[in-house]
Amino acid sequence: MGGRAEAVITEKVEKGNTVDVVNLKMYFPVLRGLLKRKVADVKALDDVSFSIKPGETLGLVGESGCGKTTVGRCILRLYKPTKGVLLFEGTDISKVSESDLRQFRRRMALVFQDPYSSLDPRMNSCDIVGEPLKIHGLAGSRGEYRDRVAELFTMTGLRPDMMDRFPHEYSGGQRQRLSIARALAGAPSMIVCDEPISALDVSMQAQILNLLQELQSKNDRLSYLFISHDLLAVQYISQRVAVMYLGRIVELSTSQELYSNTLHPYSRALLSAQPLPDPAAEERRSRIILTGDVPTPLNPPSGCAFHPRCPMAKKSCAESRPELRDVGGDHLVACHCV
Amino acid sequence: MDGTKIVREQIPDDEFEVLEEEQLSGVNELKRFVRAFFRRKIVVVGFILVVVVLLTAALADVIAPYDPYEQDLYQVLAAPGPSHPLGTDALGRDLLSRIIHGSRIALAVGVCTVLVSASIGTVIGLIAGFSDSRLNSLIMRITDILISVPSLVLQLLIASALNSGVTGVVIAIGLTLFPAYIRLINGQVLSVKQNDYISASRSMGAKKSRIIVRHVVRNVVSPLIVMMTIMMGMSIMAEAGLSFLGLGILPPAAAWGSMCRDGYQYLMTRPLLSIAPGLAIMILVFAFNMVGDGLRDALDPKLRGALK
Repeated sequence: MGGRAEAVITEKVEKGNTVDVVNLKMYFPVLRGLLKRKVADVKALDDVSFSIKPGETLGLVGESGCGKTTVGRCILRLYKPTKGVLLFEGTDISKVSESDLRQFRRRMALVFQDPYSSLDPRMNSCDIVGEPLKIHGLAGSRGEYRDRVAELFTMTGLRPDMMDRFPHEYSGGQRQRLSIARALAGAPSMIVCDEPISALDVSMQAQILNLLQELQSKNDRLSYLFISHDLLAVQYISQRVAVMYLGRIVELSTSQELYSNTLHPYSRALLSAQPLPDPAAEERRSRIILTGDVPTPLNPPSGCAFHPRCPMAKKSCAESRPELRDVGGDHLVACHCV
Repeated sequence: MDGTKIVREQIPDDEFEVLEEEQLSGVNELKRFVRAFFRRKIVVVGFILVVVVLLTAALADVIAPYDPYEQDLYQVLAAPGPSHPLGTDALGRDLLSRIIHGSRIALAVGVCTVLVSASIGTVIGLIAGFSDSRLNSLIMRITDILISVPSLVLQLLIASALNSGVTGVVIAIGLTLFPAYIRLINGQVLSVKQNDYISASRSMGAKKSRIIVRHVVRNVVSPLIVMMTIMMGMSIMAEAGLSFLGLGILPPAAAWGSMCRDGYQYLMTRPLLSIAPGLAIMILVFAFNMVGDGLRDALDPKLRGALK
């Protein structure tokens, strides 16, 4: 499997991409019983391929449990992928040992969904933001360290005089800024934003999105993998968007193309679920209601994983798995019917 | 898209919320801690009692009216009176002086046992919490077995095998109390490990040792302190129990437990000989439990900011 998809993607593996993921598989073993024997695999990711160019934002959308977060955590090697190639700035880091990974870790960072559990409650905000500086020995003296942290505070719109405060003294939006400041400390080329705005209220969401964009405009080599289930936010911030379903990418295209010319039936259903801000348009909006539940990744359906719920499913959909192919204009779709 | 553009225009970038100044700057960590700690009157009482006992132990030589080992055979089993405020025991030793000196043994045993059991338990608990699920369940099942053995039986066994005296008692009690720490620390580590800041630290390239020391231990310390305080009371009780049964600290040492035992033969005529050291044990254990309660309230990070 994956021969063709791999061909399509590897052709595109240009030199100089920040991240290239080729046929990434992540299986989590299911352990049971006293001896913790492996009884099955959860196929969280099955043949996921994409790449992110310097300065680009790739949006990753899909419903809960489809493997979005797993993608992010694999790229940061918080999980060791079961199979596949994971190039970070041209080096395959999928099998590198934890100690050799350390040199790469400075240039990648993670912003979490939950602004509460992502900051150590017993550390003051200066040490939280400065942690990467300490880990990688980037600040020589105490004064230099504090100057550098103060700079990061200013960059993310926080007041440097609040440096000695503890996380519980900040509001949710400010905590997310702390998280972003920490992510920036090592001067990364890649930040994985794992639902960075879904725990915030709407006005905060806009500010965080704008902050992320602003940081990118200041550093045109900074790439984001923006994981979200908020389709509008993804459209707003991403140049390209990937839609995931049950551990696979079903559609991948430029943001404009994907939102205006949605091809995969799952993507269509997903986009139709997004309410429109214009009341008149909202009235006319026709929803594609999917029947049934998301199948379990323990035992995914045969052929196209989406076929039991797909309104367009044909006989062949249950038999063979559609591969991600280019339908023209950099638009990749995995569907027999397109 | 229209929707997002509207949102962007409506909110100027520079306007983000800043919590009110006084709300933030007034909260000094230590002040907040003290305020939370002394919020309940009973905790204040416990704290004062602990301080009093500590001072008594420190100044025992100064405040005790007599030498606790000096026998005055003309004054055997004297009733409480002006020269002997609590009377004397069967060997004519001043009861008050013996109780005052007994606080030293009680505290020494309490502190040593807690340190011994907490350090063993914490190390094993950290190992369990950081090992894979198989080793973790092995350690935890063994811990369950250790906890299920009645502690008094185990203490009697160990204490009778070892020499009596402070060291023997400390080992006997310490060895029965440490599994409780394993369970506490293991649970805490497992829950702290779930937090995103651990993943964040890992994704930044922090070594495991750094994560354990900087993040995990720091977040495990406060329940540990609470546990240690409450365990102080339990160890003092256990020591008194062993001494009462004659396997702990033996006469002539002025241990409260053995004083209770010596006195109970005269319970009908001189009840104070047993009751006074018994009360001393009760008060000290109660005081430590109250302090533990207060610490639990004050150290809970969830209450931070809630109590002003």
